[in-house]
This record gives sequence, structure tokens and C-alpha cells, in this order.
Amino acid sequence: MHTSIVVIGLIGFATIGYTIGRARAIMTVGGIVKDLHSIPSYYGYYTAIWIGVPSLVMLVIWLIVQPHVIDEVVMSDLPVSITQNLSTSEYSLLLNNIHNTANGSIFSRRNDPNIIAAAKQVNSLRQISFMLMASTVFCVGVSGLIFARNRISPVMRARNIVEKIINFILIISSLIAILTTLGIVVSLMFESVIFFTKIPLHEFLFGLNWSPQIAIHAEQVGASGAFGAVPLFAGTLLITFIAMLVAVPIGLMSAIYMAEYAKPRFRAFAKPMLEVLAGIPTVVYGFFAATTVAPAFRIAVQESVGLNTSSESALAAGVVMGIMIIPFVSSLSDDVIKAVPHSLRDGSYGLGATKSETIRLVVMPAALPGIVGALLLAVSRAIGETMIVVMAAGLTSNLTFNPFEAVTTVTVQIVTLLAGDQEFDSAKTLSAFALGMILFLITFALNLLALRVVRKYREHYE
Amino acid sequence: MVERYKMINIAMQAANNNLALKLSSSKQSAKRFTKIESRDVNVYYGNKHALKHVNLSVYKNEVTALIGPSGCGKSTFLRCLNRMNDVIDICKVTGKITLDDYDIYNSSLDVVQLRARVGMVFQKPNPFPKSIYDNIAYGPRIHGIAYGKAELDEIVQNCLDRAGLWKEVSDRLEQPGTNLSGGQQQRLCIARAIAVNPEVILMDEPCSALDPIATARIEELIEELRENFTIIIVTHSMQQAARVSQRTAFFHLGELLEVGDTKTIFTNPINSCTQGYITGRFG
Ligand SMILES: Nc1ncnc2c1ncn2[C@@H]1O[C@H](COP(=O)(O)OP(=O)(O)O)[C@@H](O)[C@H]1O
Ligand SMILES: [Mg+2]
Repeated sequence: MHTSIVVIGLIGFATIGYTIGRARAIMTVGGIVKDLHSIPSYYGYYTAIWIGVPSLVMLVIWLIVQPHVIDEVVMSDLPVSITQNLSTSEYSLLLNNIHNTANGSIFSRRNDPNIIAAAKQVNSLRQISFMLMASTVFCVGVSGLIFARNRISPVMRARNIVEKIINFILIISSLIAILTTLGIVVSLMFESVIFFTKIPLHEFLFGLNWSPQIAIHAEQVGASGAFGAVPLFAGTLLITFIAMLVAVPIGLMSAIYMAEYAKPRFRAFAKPMLEVLAGIPTVVYGFFAATTVAPAFRIAVQESVGLNTSSESALAAGVVMGIMIIPFVSSLSDDVIKAVPHSLRDGSYGLGATKSETIRLVVMPAALPGIVGALLLAVSRAIGETMIVVMAAGLTSNLTFNPFEAVTTVTVQIVTLLAGDQEFDSAKTLSAFALGMILFLITFALNLLALRVVRKYREHYE
Repeated sequence: MVERYKMINIAMQAANNNLALKLSSSKQSAKRFTKIESRDVNVYYGNKHALKHVNLSVYKNEVTALIGPSGCGKSTFLRCLNRMNDVIDICKVTGKITLDDYDIYNSSLDVVQLRARVGMVFQKPNPFPKSIYDNIAYGPRIHGIAYGKAELDEIVQNCLDRAGLWKEVSDRLEQPGTNLSGGQQQRLCIARAIAVNPEVILMDEPCSALDPIATARIEELIEELRENFTIIIVTHSMQQAARVSQRTAFFHLGELLEVGDTKTIFTNPINSCTQGYITGRFG
């Protein structure tokens, strides 16, 4: 409900607590601040933390427990005739109906008086719960304030305590990040495992045919669908390869120019310009690829080789994607190259090396770990990119390494598999999770590789 | 004051070369050859006039020490001699500097060749992030001095030997040069510089980042190298200048105030400012 009001109230309360704590600390020493162990503001923080943290914890627990309690109460109040002999899914359907009605949602089609009554009960319970929550949280805050205020004395080491609490908060934050990632991976894994019970792993990994259609009736041709992921990964590989072929030389060379040759004034102007490229929405790139680049390539091929090709091509998507990731390569590499100590360049010039020799033989090797990092970042950007491929390379799977043909990629297939209404237990839908899983494993491996490369060079060069 | 110094300076400089030749022939048995000569050299960093009317001769197979308080332009002068100032955009050099009577600021001169003839060792040891072997081989490779691996191996061993480093590193040539100690790194840099067979070696406070023992080793090395090279060394240590150099030049606020045989400068300086600096009254 209006939980945000409670939170805002809490913040205000903690701020007041800060002032109270600070004033209290100064009072205990009769205004002679240097007699305090810590400077007064730490006592303020200490008080604010004692108000804010326990009450926030209380709030969170309340919010987690409240819906379950309300559900239990409502369901047990329903007539036995309704709740008897319900399967788990029917039970949750009933609950859903009640909730929808309570929220005034249009999806509640049933006009069962029992449900309407239950919905009313839910609403009133929620209101009561909110009031109870607000007062409980406030009480916890007040107890925190009183507790902290009583503890404040000149010898109390408020600074050290605050330091510890900050440390703890930071640990919690990083744990949240790690756990979220873990959660995503685990859920991916579960769905993939279900998929692999339907389609054998080897068929998925080594099958050369991808057509995840679901039959409308069982006797239809190709009813089971084909789930060979090789064409998708081949397509991803092909487009990523083309993109890197464009982005690496151009990006690296422009980085070298910016870092080593360009006058400061040109650099100050050109670097932000290049970075603008990174800010263009990918759908705009896709648009550009589909309407300008792809037709241009087709015409060029037709006129020069005489081949008739499709208007959608891996080449168009790859080239445009390459242009999109140039700033990733160039901007990061530029920073890395700039960071190579000047003394190394001086040493090389002092031996009579030319500028390009110095760059090739001294600067670039020294900058290599950072550049590898930049390139791998660009690769994972290219692998994950979807929009340009959807618009310029096509949706049909095609096992080919001919850049003039239409191909599709893993991410594009995930989008088409999940777009629109889907059953969530069909092989078709589940295959999206399996694709995501494999894609994750690949980028994970890439990152590990990057870390190893970087570490190897660190050992060597520091 | 400054005007007076300038006049003394110019007068002294005018007499300097002829006089120095006479002096040296009377004092030393060997004849002195002028290796590098600078005539009315001025350096500007943007608007800052960093070096003013410097006239200085450097003699072959001698160690010339440049001394003077920080910021007086010693490094700037040194960097003029192999045109390292070219790298700095805002830096402008006027006047004439000759190496074996050839103007090094002549537009037809190839800077790469100049720097091969005039090597440089920097204040902070700056080995490349490469193996010890590749550090030494760097110069010979870019100048195409060595033909084949065997010859390169020989150059590497020879240079490390001359820099007094061979015994310490012969069993780990493939390890990164950056893993060595500070003193070893600086000797590696010296070895790297002599690997291209220069005629002159410029050293910009080569010992300022080193401990006394490493410093003593470098000083020994400089004494040995003098036989084959002409050395110009910037130093902040009066004792070092007295120990290693034959000639000393004193810079102050961008001007060359006094130059002469090290013994003379340290025992009997003409300029009161030089005297003040040497005896530690300022600087
Ligand atoms: N790259 C540079 N840009 C601008 N001014 C510089 C630069 N290098 C040196 N200077 C200035 O030139 C003067 C001489 O510097 P430097 O030759 O390094 O002195 P020293 O080596 O005798 O301590 C100093 O005042 C310094 O600020
Ligand atoms: Mg200096």
C-alpha cells in the first residue's frame, strides 16, 4: 500500500535522530567537544542508524510475511464447500481470483459472492495491517532512539561503531548483487534441465536443424520440432566475427591516433564524438542496417559478382554491429594507451626508435592487458546484441558461413521464442532458457579467459 | 646581478674554447677533441624562456657534469642534445648545436640516426616491460645492427657484460627486466643504450633513485665507459660530479654561469654563485 510513505517517514525520523544524537553527545560533555571520543556527527549517525536499521528490517519482514498471513486468514474464512478437495493449482487459481477482485482488476470474471466477500476481507485486512505496520515500525524506531540516546557517553567509540556498520552495509550490498546473479543462473539452469528432459542434450548441442514449431495437431508434419542449436551458434559466431573484423582494426587504430598522434584540441573534440556512437539506440542502428546497408551490399554483390542474394545478410548486420562497438574498443583502448607511462616512450625514442616503432614495440605490448579487456567487452556486446540482427540478418535459421546469406543468432531466437503468448512448459519455450544458459556459459568462459590473459601479462610486466 | 653574470658568462664563453684547448694541452697529455658544441642555445616552453644563450663545448671521451639547482634547465639542455625536446609540442629550440661539427638541428638530419649516436639514460630506470634479453636487443633490432640470432646473442652478452650485469642475470635473460632491483634496472638501461653503439651517452640524474651501493656501481661503470664514449651527466650530488667528471658546467635560472675543469670549478670557482652552490649555501 503506501509503504513509501512509511519509508519517507522513517528517513525523516532518522534525520531528526541524527540531530538529537549529536546534540546529546555535545551535552554530555557540556559543550567541550574535544572531550568526546569521536566528533559529534558520529554520535548523530549512530543514533540515526539505531532508528533506521531495525525499523527498516522490521518493515521488510512485515512486508514479506503480511500477504501470507492475509491469504491464510481469508482462505480459512471461506465456506468449507469451496476450499474442500482443491488441488494446488486450483487453490492458487482461487487465490488469484480473490486478489484480482480485491485489486479491482478487470480480469476477475467470476461474480461469485463468496469471492467478492473474500476480496472485501482482503482489502480490510490490508488496511489494518498497514496501520499496524506503520505503528510497529514507528515503535521500533522510537525504541532505537531511546536505546541509542541512553548509550551515548563521552567514552563511547561512536566512530568505530559507525565504521563497522558501514562495512556491514557494504558487505550486504555486494551479497545482494552476487545472490541476484546466482539466482538468475540457477533459474536458467532449472528451466534448461526441464528442457533437456524433453530434448536430449546431444541433439540440442550437435543438431544441425533448428525449427522449433509446435504442431497444432499431432499428426502434422514435423510435429515435434527440431532443436539443433548449431545453426544459431554458427550465426552468432559469423556475425560477431564480422563485427569484430570491422571494430577491432578501426577502433584500435583510432585509439592509437587519438592517444599518440592527435593534437589535444582535436582529441578533446573527437573523443566525445566517437562516444556518441555508443549512445545511439541499437534499434536505430538496426534501421540503418536494414534500410541502407543491407540493400547497398546486395546491389554491390549483384553488380560485381552477378549473384542474386537476399536483402537480409549476415554481412550487413555484422558491419553495422561492428560500427556500433567501435567506441567500446576505441575509447577503452585509448584510455589504456594513455596510461602507459611516458618514461617508456622516452626510453624508446632515446634509442632512436620512430614513433610507430615505439607504439608497436613498446606501447601496445604494455597496454595489451587492458586492450584485451576492451576487446572481450566488445565481443560480449556483439554476442548479446539482438536488435540489429533481427532487423538486418533475418529470423530464419541457416547453417552457413556465407556472409551474404540471411542467418539468425541465439539472442534473436530467444526473442522470437518468447515473444507473444506462450505456454511455459512446451519444449519451444523452454528451449529459450537452454539457449540462454549456453550463451551465458560462453560469455562466462570468455570472461575467465580474459582474466587469465590479463593476469598473465600482469605477472610479466609489473 | 643577472646582467653581470650574463656578461661574465659571455666573456668566459668567448674565451672558453681557445682557452680550454690551451689549458688542456698544458694540463693533460692527450689532446681534447670537441665532440658537441652548442652556440647561443635558447629553449622556450611556450612563453617560458627555460634556457638562455647557452654556449658549451663537450669533449670527446670525457665525462661532463651538469650541475645546478632544480629547474635551472639541466635536463632541458641534455634533451636538446639528442632532440628529445622534439617530442614536446610547446618546446622551441633556437641556436646551433653541432655533433662532430654537423648541425643536429639541420632539417636534413635524421633524428633516428642522431638518437642512435647520442644515447640517453633517464632519471628513473625505465626498462621496457619485456625480457632482459629483449630490452637489450631492442635497439639493435630496430636499427638492424645484428644479423641473425647468434650475433644478437653476442651483442646482448657483450652489453650486459660492459654494464656489469652479465654475471647477475646470465641465467635469467628471459625474465622481465622490470623484475630487477632499481640499481640493476638502471644498469640494464645503460646496457640497452650502449647496445646501439652510440658515441655520446646522456645521463639525467641516473643515480637519484638508487641506494649508495648501486650508485657506486654506476659511478664505476661511468668511469669505465669513458674510454669508449663521451658522457654528459646531470647530477644533484656535488661529490658525484667531483668523482666522475672531468669537466663541470654550472647552470642557474636557465643560464650557464660557469664551466671548466672539474678540479678548477670545485677548488677555485670564478663565479660567486657557483661557489655558493658548491659549498651548499644555496640550491
Ligand atoms: N615539458 C615542459 N613544459 C613546460 N615547462 C617545462 C617542461 N619541462 C621543463 N620545463 C620548465 O623548464 C625549466 C627547466 O626544467 P628542467 O630542465 O627540467 O630543470 P632541471 O632538470 O635543471 O631541474 C623549469 O622551470 C621547468 O618548469
Ligand atoms: Mg631534471
